[in-house]
Amino acid sequence: MLALVMWVLLTPLTGASAQSQSVHGTLRGPDSMPVAGVKIIATRGTEDAGKATTAKDGTWEISLPAAGRYTITLDVSTLPDGLNPAREGSQTLRGVPVPAGESRAVIFQLTAGSPAPANGPGEERGGGGGPPQNTVLRWLDELPQLLVEGIKFGSIIAITAIGLSLIFGTTGLINFAHGELVTLGATVAFVLNASVIGPQLQLIPATLVTIAFGALFGAALELGLWKPLRRRGIGRIQLFIVSIGLSLLIRHLILVLFGSRPQPYADYTVQQEWQWGPVSIAPRDFVITLLSLLALAGVGLMLKRTRAGKAIRAVSDNRDLAESSGIDVSRVIRNVWLLAGGLASLGGVFFGLAQLVSWDMGFKLLLLMFAAVILGGLGTAYGVIAGSLVVGIVAQVSTIWFPVELQNAWALVVLILVLLARPQGIFGKRERAG
Amino acid sequence: MDVLTILADAFRAALGPEAAIYALAAIGLNMHFGYTGLLNFGQVGFMLVGAYGAAVAVATFSAPLWAGILAGVALAVVLALLLGIPTLRLRADYLAITTIAAGEILRYVYRSNFASPVTGGVYGLTRFGDPLYAINPIPAGQYGFGEFAYSSQSLWIMVISWSLVALACVLMYLLIRSPWGRVIRSVREDEDVARSLGKNVFGYKLQSLVLGGVLGAIGGMLLAFYAQAVQPDSFNPVVTFYLYTLLILGGAGRVLGPVIGSVIFWFILVFTDSFLRQAIGAGLVPDSVISATEVGAVRFALVGLGLMLLMIYRPQGILGSRREMMLGDS
Repeated sequence: MLALVMWVLLTPLTGASAQSQSVHGTLRGPDSMPVAGVKIIATRGTEDAGKATTAKDGTWEISLPAAGRYTITLDVSTLPDGLNPAREGSQTLRGVPVPAGESRAVIFQLTAGSPAPANGPGEERGGGGGPPQNTVLRWLDELPQLLVEGIKFGSIIAITAIGLSLIFGTTGLINFAHGELVTLGATVAFVLNASVIGPQLQLIPATLVTIAFGALFGAALELGLWKPLRRRGIGRIQLFIVSIGLSLLIRHLILVLFGSRPQPYADYTVQQEWQWGPVSIAPRDFVITLLSLLALAGVGLMLKRTRAGKAIRAVSDNRDLAESSGIDVSRVIRNVWLLAGGLASLGGVFFGLAQLVSWDMGFKLLLLMFAAVILGGLGTAYGVIAGSLVVGIVAQVSTIWFPVELQNAWALVVLILVLLARPQGIFGKRERAG
Repeated sequence: MDVLTILADAFRAALGPEAAIYALAAIGLNMHFGYTGLLNFGQVGFMLVGAYGAAVAVATFSAPLWAGILAGVALAVVLALLLGIPTLRLRADYLAITTIAAGEILRYVYRSNFASPVTGGVYGLTRFGDPLYAINPIPAGQYGFGEFAYSSQSLWIMVISWSLVALACVLMYLLIRSPWGRVIRSVREDEDVARSLGKNVFGYKLQSLVLGGVLGAIGGMLLAFYAQAVQPDSFNPVVTFYLYTLLILGGAGRVLGPVIGSVIFWFILVFTDSFLRQAIGAGLVPDSVISATEVGAVRFALVGLGLMLLMIYRPQGILGSRREMMLGDS
């Protein structure tokens, strides 16, 4: 009897201790930072069982009167702007079992975008999903179309990656911020072409202005950052890490200014596709591919025939020898940055046209550019073109047999396999590799 | 503007579970980068396999907790061997790109549709940490004073992770002063010298990769248990860049470098975050310049700027010595 009285007396004091049951959790945004001030309500049947508001560190806890099944609801109206439940309806969790005396963890997943459809992870997206059911005939049908797509994708990678390769060849810098040059080009063209605050230029003149901007930006980076750092005698790996910092900085500044939503350009968005036998292609994509290949041929000719191109190749080959034979190395490097910045911007506009303009498009492309550059042989110019086409075609053609969502993974697998078999790349010279 | 709130936020983050977990993963990275000179840019891949190893074992296959932890560690060893055997012979910058690529391949695979019966796809797995919280000896409630308070769950994870950090530091201290550690450091200084003295440089590098990778995996596991959720997209390459930033901030090649770096890094990160949010809330920063939803992006941009400035002006960080930092050409 005494024990019972003691128990009755003690119970209210211990509150939300291990003796009573509760639900708890930590509410986190998609960046895994805690989300505070969000109301969470527990109900059983029609009656309210308790509510809580998430604390500074995102934690919340609701003590419950009895064991049983509860419905836990996250009050969507108290979420910060821009955050949504990860799936439609996922703000309400029904039938959460709470055993007596236990504290049960409940997770609400949030996303920065709009909620995914309610049918969950099993759905098919963007024509993705498993391999087609039909066997041999099906992939023969698909192959020409995917080859064309691969060449388009590969040639966009090539015009962005050739600058990366030339920069490495002439300065030894692995420019991790090269993807951001691509994004910058795409977003500057977007501001000029489609943004309400911009002059709303037609896309072709907007692209020309963007190329000039990108080239000057590249040269400014060289003169304002990389050249002074090289003068200070900062090592190659140190410079590589500096370029990672630069990449984070530029990418997130673009995110602040441009916003997180992918946007289309104002021109050439909806087009009737041309149908040639088994292949169909939008006129826009055809022109993109053609112009990319022309730009590549132009760069190739420039490197082969002109004085400036020969000087670039000489500096790539042996910097000291080039300098001692009277080539102005810092001017050559500046020219390389002008070229790389301009080409990356052009590639950005093309990539934005082929897909959408977004703040992280360049970063997504970056690893594929690296793959292309390494496949072709670091520092070589022609190898990059071949490497890019391989990467583009592998990424697209892999979708015949494998899910679309893994296409970039296959391109990276090819990169690793080539590094194992032939670390100097397809066209690289043996002594370049380590 | 509430200065006390900002300070409480910042101190809570600096001592909280994330700081401990990042310190642990950075100790692993310090083994790779600071002591052995391996440019591993795929540390997040080790964190991913650790986190998913435990989560999949417990949530998908309903294995006991200890089996999940063992699975996470074992997967990290396997990943280190798979990654190391082919790539450790490559030059440093090739290794960097290959490890980033490997981390991204893992993320793509874990988030893909076909793996979702096991990994939960893009949504990941949740509620697998209950066995760990079930043995939480700390009664439920908030501990601390005022704004500076932790929940009992956070406190439990803090106890575990800071103890592991202390253990890892002791282990690192002993290892680096052992004959093994001297060989490791000589590999960093000059591989060819170590090789010419008859040391199996490749073997030492591989051992270092495995050891640091396992520490990263344990960090990833704790992160998963702390959040009670794993999502593949939270293991993106930026996590590795965070780790490099705090490692270089504290001082690479120093036992306490990653620990001090992590505490200061999280303090600064959350301080700016909380400061900006308060300033926006108080109307000091107009909404048109930075809105509350953009604070996260500004934070990342500042990390980038910080990494650049550190690397340029003080590559040895707070504790390191410039002479010992192998950041010249290799």
